[in-house]
Amino acid sequence: MSTATLPVGLNTPAGARTAEPAAKAGAAPAVLAAAPAPAKTASPKSQKVPLMARFNAFLKAVLPPLIGLALLVGIWALVASKESSFPGPAQTWDAATKIFADPFYSNGPNDQGIGWNILSSLKRVGVGFGFAALVGIPLGFIIGRFAFMNSMLDPIISLLRPVSPLAWLPIGLMVFKAADPAATWTIFICSIWPMILNTAQGVQRVPQDYLNVARVLNLSEMKIITKILFPAVLPYMLTGIRLSIGTAWLVIVAAEMLTGGVGIGFWVWDEWNNLKVEHIVIAIFVIGVVGLILEQALLLIAKRFTYDSN
Amino acid sequence: MDTIVKIENAGMTFNTKQGRFVALRDIDLTISKGEVIALIGHSGCGKSTLLNLIAGLTLPTEGVLICNGREIAGPGPERAVVFQNHSLLPWLTCFENVYLAVERVFGAKEGKAKLKARTAAALEMVHMDHAMTKYPHEVSGGMKQRVGIARAFAMEPQILLMDEPFGALDALTRASLQDELIGVMAKTGATVVMVTHDVEEAVLLSDRVVMMTNGPAATIGEILEVKLAKPRERLALAHDPEFARYRAAIVEFLYQKQMKKAA
Repeated sequence: MSTATLPVGLNTPAGARTAEPAAKAGAAPAVLAAAPAPAKTASPKSQKVPLMARFNAFLKAVLPPLIGLALLVGIWALVASKESSFPGPAQTWDAATKIFADPFYSNGPNDQGIGWNILSSLKRVGVGFGFAALVGIPLGFIIGRFAFMNSMLDPIISLLRPVSPLAWLPIGLMVFKAADPAATWTIFICSIWPMILNTAQGVQRVPQDYLNVARVLNLSEMKIITKILFPAVLPYMLTGIRLSIGTAWLVIVAAEMLTGGVGIGFWVWDEWNNLKVEHIVIAIFVIGVVGLILEQALLLIAKRFTYDSN
Repeated sequence: MDTIVKIENAGMTFNTKQGRFVALRDIDLTISKGEVIALIGHSGCGKSTLLNLIAGLTLPTEGVLICNGREIAGPGPERAVVFQNHSLLPWLTCFENVYLAVERVFGAKEGKAKLKARTAAALEMVHMDHAMTKYPHEVSGGMKQRVGIARAFAMEPQILLMDEPFGALDALTRASLQDELIGVMAKTGATVVMVTHDVEEAVLLSDRVVMMTNGPAATIGEILEVKLAKPRERLALAHDPEFARYRAAIVEFLYQKQMKKAA
């Protein structure tokens, strides 16, 4: 922030100073020329200081993470050099370039490119999460709005929430009699809790001021929901969504290991059976990167819909 | 003059964890059309509670409040409120904030174009027409309160209730908003009840200053009629002996008769 405003502050006095002699020259064309001129003369002068500052800020922001990554790769290479069955960074890099050269090939259900695997995992997460949102968000609104429902459902949620979602997988297999919907069901279960709880909390925390406005204006229930409750709860809901998707992405790998089919989790298991450890390492990185992207994207959306009350 | 609000023997008792707390007792007050009333008193004297009773945001535990011959049973758009902290919805622009109120009051009878014109006129009246498309967090505290005032006036309420409307503003901004309010009140002939802790504000703006005794169990101590000619000029009144006399009367009540033991 400070580096962004600094050049502006430096620019104006410099521009004003250089503009002055040009204006004193008197002639009309000179005055006209004065307008673009300070921009030209001021820019190299005023950029000198902020350029250094900006470079320093850049170093400060980028250097520590780079050192961290280098350290990780270094330790990895060290461990790999002692242990022959564990692939080193170079070996993994070679394997990765091969895998990512053709991510979307398909040789039957058990041999597909990594792109397809990631996409089918994301699809399961999307469907399971979608259903969880459809159920969880309205339920959260109801729990947040009515104290009776809150006291009624709170013990149930408290009891079920700590249960590992994988414990629900056999129930899913029994009900749906197929592996794929069972995995989706597991995702549904694990994503629903943060959504319910965060939405309910958001509803309970709608500032009394806004509700007073609604009461004084005597707004209809519909207007209260669309103009006051929904926008006020949205940031909380988005936090719930972010937590849900995060957990779902954690759980999908485990669920797919158990259910099989196409998916990044199954791929990890398959590569273990093929004893291609370097592919497992690649999968770990890919899972991490996808999780990071999901998290950052949702944070970005949440930022857009969060309002300062002052 | 027509009576708009009549408060008869009203009292308010809260049930708290420490037991019953009597905030207000024996409040009798009649508010006439076009009148501007200031409620003044030390903090904790229940002046905001009284305003909330008139607004209908809380209901009295004793006595009765009547607005236009009907008992006040809840809030309504004929009694608009300007809140201390502006209470603009942060996800709506200044225009949309006012429009929400206009639409609620006039939406059933008037078309969209008329509603928009009303909204624009209200914002123009408080000189905020330049910031209609701005969001509340993009304008200053004084501007937010202007929009809050515009929202209340746009509803064309029978009575306007203001809860320390300028309390959160710095002295200079407060003065300019007070002048603004004097102009708007003169233009609309609005009936206003305003809670304040600012002695000059009370004298400058109101026809009657209702002075409250200290809580708990606060009630109306004295009522001072301000008979200064309108429109009032801040500068001219600064050296006016009448103005000074009114001021002195309120200060005397607040700091002599109702001295706060511990501040």
